[in-house]
Amino acid sequence: MRGARDVGMLTPQLLYLLRQATMETLWMVGLSTLIAVPCGLPLGVLLVCTEPGGILENRIIYPVLSGIVNVGRSIPFIILMVAIIPFTRLLVGTSIGTTAAVVPLAVAAIPFVARIVESSLKEIGHGVIEAAQAMGATPWQIICKVLIPEALPALVLGTTITTINLVGYSAMAGAIGGGGLGDLAIRYGYQRFRTDVMLMTVAELVLMVQGIQMLGDWLARKLDHK
Amino acid sequence: MASGEIFGIIGLSGAGKSTLVRCINMLERPQSGKIIVDGVDITALSGRELRLARRQIGMIFQHFNLLSSRTAFGNVAFPLEIMGMPRREIKSRVTELLRLVGLEDRASAYPAQLSGGQKQRVGIARALASNPKVLLSDEATSALDPTTTHSILRLLKDINRSLGLTIMLITHEMGVIKEICDRVAVIHNGRIVEVGTVLDIFSHPRSSTAKAFTRDILNLDIPDALWKNNKGLNGKLLRISFIGESAARPVISSVVKKFQVDANILYGKLDYVQDTPFGTLIVAISGDAPHVEGAIEHMTSLGLRVEMLEAPPAAGENGKAAEKCGVGEAG
Repeated sequence: MRGARDVGMLTPQLLYLLRQATMETLWMVGLSTLIAVPCGLPLGVLLVCTEPGGILENRIIYPVLSGIVNVGRSIPFIILMVAIIPFTRLLVGTSIGTTAAVVPLAVAAIPFVARIVESSLKEIGHGVIEAAQAMGATPWQIICKVLIPEALPALVLGTTITTINLVGYSAMAGAIGGGGLGDLAIRYGYQRFRTDVMLMTVAELVLMVQGIQMLGDWLARKLDHK
Repeated sequence: MASGEIFGIIGLSGAGKSTLVRCINMLERPQSGKIIVDGVDITALSGRELRLARRQIGMIFQHFNLLSSRTAFGNVAFPLEIMGMPRREIKSRVTELLRLVGLEDRASAYPAQLSGGQKQRVGIARALASNPKVLLSDEATSALDPTTTHSILRLLKDINRSLGLTIMLITHEMGVIKEICDRVAVIHNGRIVEVGTVLDIFSHPRSSTAKAFTRDILNLDIPDALWKNNKGLNGKLLRISFIGESAARPVISSVVKKFQVDANILYGKLDYVQDTPFGTLIVAISGDAPHVEGAIEHMTSLGLRVEMLEAPPAAGENGKAAEKCGVGEAG
């Protein structure tokens, strides 16, 4: 009955572990979002511009790029993480640890971001793009001055979805020693039957997701003038 | 199209009027033929040249197509930014344009905070920003209520006069054409079936499309009630159409005095097309046959169009029956 007596006891060690794991999760999620969004954004823009009827319609680039994005999105994250170990080692020098986990997280999120960006930009009315064309705007000007500013609230919400997805993915990073809240929940809560640790980590994750969503919603509302 | 005129294009939905206007700035590429704007064949231009040519052609849209992420000021500044104008100049130019369209106090409002008419005014200011030679209007008033439509048309006319800007206006509303256009083309199934001054089209529509449109606005159909109520009426029913000067003369009363006939005005509609009076009267004339003949001849000689009307066999069944009834022209 040792486990039962420990339930609800916030020992200093447990608090330390929680704080440590929270920092690791924030680091993994934050850094991979910061990498995935700037990489996925141009891909999404390229998808929208080159698709049939787009401002730079291209019968080669669009299907190829779309295919690559689909392949990227279909590989299970746990497989991807292991498969790109050589690439991770090349970039960070090691394939184990929190920073190393950022590489597969970012790689997995890039095609996701590309699709989110694509669907956000497609929401913009064709008339607005046409008006810009009629005024003599170049494709680059349309992208920078019309597509992205008009879709900004949707892009912020899309980034929120991506970030929350990454919180979920980061739980699997424990498999390569990435640490974080998910790892804590599995190793202490599940494998050592520490229900208290399990509950604390889950509560921590719920708070984190809530916070990210609220921040995203607030920012999107602030940017939306519709 | 002549420089400085307001040229209307009217047609039913799907007639090809939007396609026509969109070909002028190459939003749609024509499969054959040339489009000459200010002496330049723009179908032969490519990329950069076309973008420069487009700055000479302003365009306003039915649904305004303003950027929702920019204020009124930002929207008008947009074409200037594209041209690479320095910020300081943009500011003064935008302020000037917003004053021109009467929105200087709404500069910092977003499109969502503006009414339909105000949005279209921003659209007009934006279209004028690059000092275009031609303004294309693609159903610019179709989404607006009649009062707002009127004020937008007034603004377009003012701009046409003060800036000498040529305006090409697409619409399906004859009222719009009547209000501001100098000349009009009627388009049907992708072909221009009729071109002329607005007055010509109104007074002598030749194509069926033009006839349908002018009937809408002048309501030349004879009301069914007129036939019903006048079954016992003696004399001849005449439809008298007059344009311009002849409308100013006291024709009816002079006919009555001169020919010993009685004239009973049963129905009528008078309107102004481009400052010219234009109208139709349905008159019952009774009297001795030679006098009536003489009266009709006299009116025809004064430049009126006189048609003799007969009651339809099944009077008052529907509007179409009255419309198809025998129309004998006596002029």
